[in-house]
Amino acid sequence: MSDKRLTFKKRLHILKHHYRDKKMAPAFNAIHTFLFSPDDTTHSGAHVRGADDLKRTMNMVIMALLPVLLFSMFNAGYQYYAAIDAANNVSREFSLWDTFLTWDNFWIGIIKVLPLVVVSYGVGLLVEFIFAIIKGHEVEEGYLVTGMLVPLIVPIDTPLWMLAVAVVFGVVIGKEVFGGTGMNILNPALTIRAFLFFAYPTWMSGDKVWVYQAVERTGTADAISGETVLGALAQNNLAELNYSVSDMFFGFIPGSVGETSTFLILLGGLFLIYSKIASWRIMLSAVIGSLVMGLIFNLVVDMGVISEASNFYGLMSFEYWKHLLVGGLAFGIVYMATDPVTGSQTNKGKWIYGFLIGFMSVMIRVFNPAYPEGVFLAILLMNVFAPTIDHYVVKANINKRLKRFKNATILPKDSDSKAEELKAETV
Amino acid sequence: MSKDIRIRKGLNINLVGAAEQTTAKAVLSNVYAINLEDFHGITPKMLVKQGAEVKAGEPLFFNKSDEAMLFVSPVSGELVEIKRGARRKILSLKILADKTQSIVEHGGFDTEKATSAEVKAHLLKTGCWPFIKQRPYDIIANPDTNPKSIFISGYTTAPLAADCDYVLQGKEKELQAAITALGKLTPGKVHVSVGANSSSPLAGLNGIELHKVSGPHPAGLVGTQINKLDPINKGEVVWTVSPQDLVVIGELLLTGKFNAERKIALAGSSVKAPKYYTTKIGAEIATFLYASGVNNDNFRVINGDVLTGAKSRPDGHLGFYNNTVTAIPEGDDYEMFGWALPVFNKVSTTRALTFSWLNPKKKYDLNTNTNGEHRAFVVTGQYEEVFPLDIFPMQLLKACMIKDLDEMEQLGLYEVAPEDFALTEFICISKQPHQKIIREGLDLLYKEIG
Repeated sequence: MSDKRLTFKKRLHILKHHYRDKKMAPAFNAIHTFLFSPDDTTHSGAHVRGADDLKRTMNMVIMALLPVLLFSMFNAGYQYYAAIDAANNVSREFSLWDTFLTWDNFWIGIIKVLPLVVVSYGVGLLVEFIFAIIKGHEVEEGYLVTGMLVPLIVPIDTPLWMLAVAVVFGVVIGKEVFGGTGMNILNPALTIRAFLFFAYPTWMSGDKVWVYQAVERTGTADAISGETVLGALAQNNLAELNYSVSDMFFGFIPGSVGETSTFLILLGGLFLIYSKIASWRIMLSAVIGSLVMGLIFNLVVDMGVISEASNFYGLMSFEYWKHLLVGGLAFGIVYMATDPVTGSQTNKGKWIYGFLIGFMSVMIRVFNPAYPEGVFLAILLMNVFAPTIDHYVVKANINKRLKRFKNATILPKDSDSKAEELKAETV
Repeated sequence: MSKDIRIRKGLNINLVGAAEQTTAKAVLSNVYAINLEDFHGITPKMLVKQGAEVKAGEPLFFNKSDEAMLFVSPVSGELVEIKRGARRKILSLKILADKTQSIVEHGGFDTEKATSAEVKAHLLKTGCWPFIKQRPYDIIANPDTNPKSIFISGYTTAPLAADCDYVLQGKEKELQAAITALGKLTPGKVHVSVGANSSSPLAGLNGIELHKVSGPHPAGLVGTQINKLDPINKGEVVWTVSPQDLVVIGELLLTGKFNAERKIALAGSSVKAPKYYTTKIGAEIATFLYASGVNNDNFRVINGDVLTGAKSRPDGHLGFYNNTVTAIPEGDDYEMFGWALPVFNKVSTTRALTFSWLNPKKKYDLNTNTNGEHRAFVVTGQYEEVFPLDIFPMQLLKACMIKDLDEMEQLGLYEVAPEDFALTEFICISKQPHQKIIREGLDLLYKEIG
């Protein structure tokens, strides 16, 4: 090995010193530390340090997302061809190897999903680098995860220019104005998603953008459906809903690019819990929260409070546990609610925070007439309230300390004789 | 009634190079040094001039804010150097030792009969007072305060630190004398803790409240024990003394002589034969480091343990409070894709392709690399896993960083010392300097309120 590698390492080391204190230093360091973990040694405090750094932590999340991304690339094609067959009244049998994991399906993924990833990373990292250079701080790793999340939570037919505009908005307004990674109040990926939703509502909330080409073909003889499960439920089109529970669980349904496979998301979530990267408290309590809300709605339907003609009947009568299988709920719980920066930071707070996310997601999902999905709104809302939750959790600790203080008998300062006297009494 | 302490949260960092329990006598050091950084917050006023001859136990300087508090020379010899830094701040004093040592005789002291005031005056006069530290603020105890209790931890959990049970062997008499004297200084109790299964000489002393401690580091830190037994409220003061300093105090009370000799552990993976040495406070580290041999040239000498010690050098000197000297490899090298590859040779509390959880007993050869760059606080919930105190660690750190005095107070800054944050600093993914943040927070609070 490696005289060559040594010289490469050496050369980079020399370059690092060359760039030190120069404008481009953050940009160079970002690339350098990607290739080599730095030669920094400890200067104050503990002389040895644990093995984890932020890059490693973020990398874990990306690893947990990769299966989802791969699946979504196949699913993009699968949904496309399935919609065409459905439009032509051709019945098809599902088979994992023959109709799902096919090159044709994957090709659609390459031409539709991959560009989303490239644009998301390209634009987002560019903004990050520019800000790092202007403000003279290191490029922090936050966007590595955000950049992967964004393409997975948008509809497949999102135009790339829209995505680019949204990413710029999300990174600048959602993160950089607060001071960069670790300082933001709202989850940047969800800020981007919310921007897309509110800036281009007619495009984003239709029932066509979920399947490749569904929008383009509208009104032509080749029109295909792009409706999601939630969309159908919101329209009370229960009859059209021909997806089995296993389809929904494994993710062979239309939806935002990466949100469909609850199975893979579950695996990713278990991986993140096992590697101690994401909070199991948030995930578990969010699942509980969504089940509770779903149960309440089911109960309302069972008690006959609303009729089948009601606008909400479709979603309210949807069995409570199925909410976790459709839409972005599972994805949001595992990958977005657990964002440590924007979530609750105390362990007790995480329980409350997670529960309310699950609870609100299902509530908004059912009651939102414009767009039958509530996860991103619920998480953004709870992002705003997370500091408040933490405030009360921390306050409890403070009050405990104050109470202890009030009950304590503070000794008189100084005075030796007093000390002696007190001692005499206690003996 | 004694209360036992069981700690669950924490982390034992097992390192290669623990000191073998045999003791050698270190070569006599030619030059001894007192490093003023050891006495945090003390402004020294010199009593002797450069070039003067001093005896062992003779005062070198006093505390500017308390003239009675004297700091003495560990050996007899000539004060050859007063090293000054910016604004003539005294950094260190160097004493060239005499061939034959002469010691100041303070005479016998009847500890049993002495009053609290007499004990205080005696300890201040003889230079033993600086061994007593106080919380809040983690500084040398203010003799004018009235501590609600005194804590002594005889349980060692810090990585590679000198084993208290071993270094205290045979020192029962000295320890008892010191405990008796300290007992007069507080209306409260003298809490002494030992390991659950230890045979510490501390366990048999009279006039103490004995506690058995078990659990991973930081169970052995006095801050953890205070928090579990008798947490500090605003306005209260607790004093702490480390056991090996008790021996010096005890010997002075018994014999009237300030004996700076102590048994220290020389440890770390860069030391060829790590073991214990008897030497004196201020001795040059090289006098025992090279006797054990070193593995390579690129190592760091630490005055203290790897978590809380001060960076030193082979020609540095044993610190006033230290009974451990550690030498570990410097980590000033790059690692290709170090952030992405699986890690088998480093310690971690996560399982992010780090595998130290597989074998908790494995010993590691850690170096001084930071394993990543400084970042803003991002990840939450990880400090709490290794922080057993009833305090929110990250919130307290943030309060210190933004200098919010009210919050620092409310969140419990009075109860902690920088060393309590060594473990959270160790595992910190954002590589934040926790101990420095806490130290600066304490200094600010002391300046504004204390």
